[in-house]
Amino acid sequence: MIVDVLPKAEILDPQGQAVARAMGRLGVSGVADVRQGKHFELEVDDTVDDAELERIAGTLLANPVIEEWVVRRVSP
Amino acid sequence: MTRIGVITFPGTLDDVDAARAVRYAGGEPVALWHDDADLHGVDAVVVPGGFSYGDYLRAGAIAARSPVMGPVVEAGRAGMPVLGICNGFQILCEAGLLPGALVRNHGLRFVCREVGLRVEAATAWTSSFTVGQELRVPLKSGEGRYVADAATLDALEAEGRVVFRYTEPAPNGALRDIAGVSSADGRVVGLMPHPEHAIDALTGPGTDGLGLFTSVLAQLTATAGLR
Repeated sequence: MIVDVLPKAEILDPQGQAVARAMGRLGVSGVADVRQGKHFELEVDDTVDDAELERIAGTLLANPVIEEWVVRRVSP
Repeated sequence: MTRIGVITFPGTLDDVDAARAVRYAGGEPVALWHDDADLHGVDAVVVPGGFSYGDYLRAGAIAARSPVMGPVVEAGRAGMPVLGICNGFQILCEAGLLPGALVRNHGLRFVCREVGLRVEAATAWTSSFTVGQELRVPLKSGEGRYVADAATLDALEAEGRVVFRYTEPAPNGALRDIAGVSSADGRVVGLMPHPEHAIDALTGPGTDGLGLFTSVLAQLTATAGLR
């Protein structure tokens, strides 16, 4: 499974802003904003149901106060 | 003598100074280990600063789920005084004992210098100060920017749970210049600056920080006298 975690839109992301500024120095134009997050790949067996995946994401991998997340099941 | 636990996680740095502060204030520091299953009968707990578990995942996230934090959360919810300093504040927020979160400083700079703090509320850890009193203590953190949603911030202000505010615009961009907050009952307090580094004029900016430790000892002694 894959869990992608990003800072909430309303939370200032100074790291993403620094990346966006570096792009400007490379001569890249047209990139309005960058948000930096985390990407987790978990190997899980069939006993782990969707509710459990959501619990893992929402209680450990992401902090709901400052982050949002998306859980996806993918086949190896 | 009143016994105050000081937790050491892998990566904790300021446990020795926190224990010294407890001793200077007249208490007995008790070393607690991240893997401990109980609190060894202590009367209060200090969660000190550092980089527990290397700040992996998020600052304080792994430490908040370590074995010793189970009993700390349980005792804190039941009214035991708990103080989280810097990484300890991050851990208490991650553990759900305090609201909000600490995120990267707005300027991306690690801030390491003395700051002015204004005491904004009387709590178990600030009762020996007067509200409005200003303290000088060191701040040293890269992820010290306090954030919470507007409703939470409004509630904290209305309930008198903003315990410390920077006396200047917050050097880390903390919302509403908040440096420290408390639980609803004022027993659990977290702050980013380091009072345990300001207990001796030889090694710190002064002795302003000692007041947090004398406060909790006075509170605990008074409570013990009532029993």
